[in-house]
Amino acid sequence: MKIEDLNDEFVDASYKGASAILTPEQKRRGLLIHALQAIQEEYNYLPEDALRRLSEKLHIPLVDIYSTASFYKQFYFKPRGRNVVCVCVGTACHVRGAPKVLERLKETFQINEGETSPDLSVTLETVGCVGCCSLAPVVTVNNEIIGNVGPVKLEEIVKTISQRG
Amino acid sequence: MERLKSIDDLRRLRERLSKEFLSERPRARVCCGTACSASGSAKVIEALESEAKAKGIHLEIVRTRCQGMCQRGPNLRIDPYDIYYQRVTPENARWIVTYTLAAGTPYRQSLYRKDILHEPIAHITDLPFYKKQLRLVLKNNDRIDPMNIYHYIAVGGYRALEKALSELTPDQVLDEVDRANLRGRGGAGFPAGKKWRHTKNSPGDIKFVVANGDEGDPGAFMDRAIMEANPHSVLEGMLLCAYAIGARYGFIYVRHEYPLAVKHLRHAIKQAEELGLLGENILGTDFTLYLDVREGAGAFVCGESTALVASIEGERGFPRPRPPRLSEPGGGVFGYPTNLNNVETYACVPLIIEKGADWFRSIGTENSPGTKVFALAGKVKNTLLIEVPMGITLREIIFDIGGGIVGDKRFKAVQTGGPSGGCIPEEFLDMPVDFDSLTEVGSMMGSGAMIVMDEDTCMVDVARYFLSFTQSESCGKCPPCRIGTYQMLKIMERICSGQGEDGDIERLEELGRLVQKASLCGLGQTAPNPVLTTIRYFREEYEEHIYDKYCRAKVCRGLGLYTIYQETCFRCGLCKEACAYDAVKETRDSYFIDQDYCTKCYACYLACPIDAVKIEKASREPVSRQLNK
Repeated sequence: MKIEDLNDEFVDASYKGASAILTPEQKRRGLLIHALQAIQEEYNYLPEDALRRLSEKLHIPLVDIYSTASFYKQFYFKPRGRNVVCVCVGTACHVRGAPKVLERLKETFQINEGETSPDLSVTLETVGCVGCCSLAPVVTVNNEIIGNVGPVKLEEIVKTISQRG
Repeated sequence: MERLKSIDDLRRLRERLSKEFLSERPRARVCCGTACSASGSAKVIEALESEAKAKGIHLEIVRTRCQGMCQRGPNLRIDPYDIYYQRVTPENARWIVTYTLAAGTPYRQSLYRKDILHEPIAHITDLPFYKKQLRLVLKNNDRIDPMNIYHYIAVGGYRALEKALSELTPDQVLDEVDRANLRGRGGAGFPAGKKWRHTKNSPGDIKFVVANGDEGDPGAFMDRAIMEANPHSVLEGMLLCAYAIGARYGFIYVRHEYPLAVKHLRHAIKQAEELGLLGENILGTDFTLYLDVREGAGAFVCGESTALVASIEGERGFPRPRPPRLSEPGGGVFGYPTNLNNVETYACVPLIIEKGADWFRSIGTENSPGTKVFALAGKVKNTLLIEVPMGITLREIIFDIGGGIVGDKRFKAVQTGGPSGGCIPEEFLDMPVDFDSLTEVGSMMGSGAMIVMDEDTCMVDVARYFLSFTQSESCGKCPPCRIGTYQMLKIMERICSGQGEDGDIERLEELGRLVQKASLCGLGQTAPNPVLTTIRYFREEYEEHIYDKYCRAKVCRGLGLYTIYQETCFRCGLCKEACAYDAVKETRDSYFIDQDYCTKCYACYLACPIDAVKIEKASREPVSRQLNK
């Protein structure tokens, strides 16, 4: 989905049968999160000019869009790294040593969680749970799940990321 | 795909499909769920296909999703021999083709084996962690390919819908669910029948059904497994609910961390629409339901019903005070009365309609009938997804199904219900598990996560961990939750770092009660549970942290007295190398720790290869009195 495609027909079509009972405002508002996700997929973050265009297209004030986008953890207003390393810190991973994994990655990349390295090569994040508790501790690299992370696998992860750059 | 025009069309299609599907052809059912894919199931499938081709065997591969035994992935079942293989590697997969498919015998190396003294087990029904389970909701997880609606129909899918549309009135469907006393699987256990009736009776013709798949509890993956492996069972449950309450529109709300579940649900909806099982005039009747998937955006609080509705409407995911409830006008999605249930609850509905309320009530306990899916994880030998009848004891779950504690250490506690639940100590191991008994001991069913903890887990640290989770996930709307959890967390952090003060426990208890009582939504009302239950059952650990500055599990940094045991130490010098503060001193024939320099950083404790560095409780007595002894 592109921002330019967000015309009335598209909005109507995305509600199937329910479009008859909803007001145009409700329909446009209900698509907001979906649209933000599409923007983020394209740019890897939410650039200001894209949000402005979205605001015009959906007839929602920019401040409202910002209010919604800033609430959800998934949305970023700053560019993210080319590689996103995400450490699961769910309970199962926590009791099986996720803090140690996180500590090690922070040391190696010299960034804190939620930060991106200055050369935009890597972003370090944490997630509540990816639902792979049996493989704890889990790290995801660009949405690829790596389970049972120990010192050796951690070394491999760091190596592949520095190679990819 | 040809659209089914009547109920008889569906019946005929099923008859044709099940004849084909249940025939004795060789089939490999390979788990391709999130966890098994991470363990490499794609390569296993490749190996199976190429080897079968080379051997000239016609092998059908069914890509099932999460079968539940994620730890032993990639999982594989070969039909019609019904042999279960675990941790299959591509090399082993080739041997499996040779042994099992060509010769019909099991391949020993990939079978489940408890240890070298026990015989390997070939059939899935003989597995120790399978025997005590009763798989109803998960029954088809390891049999069908969720991307193929024909598989679901072949194993009896949409039969409940067929029965409801041809034999039952909407009221009869509702009565059946009500009589079955199906309680909401999302955690609170509110009877689904009551909720449905309330929505049905509220004024207005337009109603919505919504499924809650925003499973944010750390350590829980039941809903992920159901949505990934059997999305049609959720659709069928929602169809039955919509039929009973007269809804025409619906949403399934899924968290964005589960991309595979979103993909499967979207695909399932598309296929069902093409077949005429969803959309306008379902199966030629005048029943109509439009379903759509809505993706979350990474906010834990959106699992709360009013916040979920706000999120579907495109607003900030703030909860709001009730009334109006979701089932009342002005309360639900876009202001219309809405019935919201967990996806597991919906997945139970087709079973009830098909087999009857009496059958459902015969399983489980009086007040909590049916089965419940649990995610068993933590320090337990088998971490897996299980489905057991309600009323089973914790001991049976942890020791018979879970296989006991990793490394045969001592069991300390089990945490149920995620960050909103509580920790249950050893003395309640023989307690039957159902909604009411768990609430009685201060915990809750929650979504069904069970995290087992052993003696190496510090209960204070665990409580701090859960509190830090709820604190960071608090939406910030109401002050008791926003400020209360923050203050509690500060106290917990102080205790864990050795700065605990006299009166901290009482302060925590008081704050906890305030937050419980005054918070707006379920997140705040349950956030203090982990702290309060650990204080209730493990008060001595808190006291040790505060007064003795000692953590018996040796998890919390900055606590305890570090000493080197001279009789164990073999003087390798690694501790001296590890210490960044020069606290480990060397004499001619020994090493010792200079307490004035020691920052209790843990480095020497981790460095010692033979556990000669001990962390002990510092004596509370003054030195002068100790010397007099």
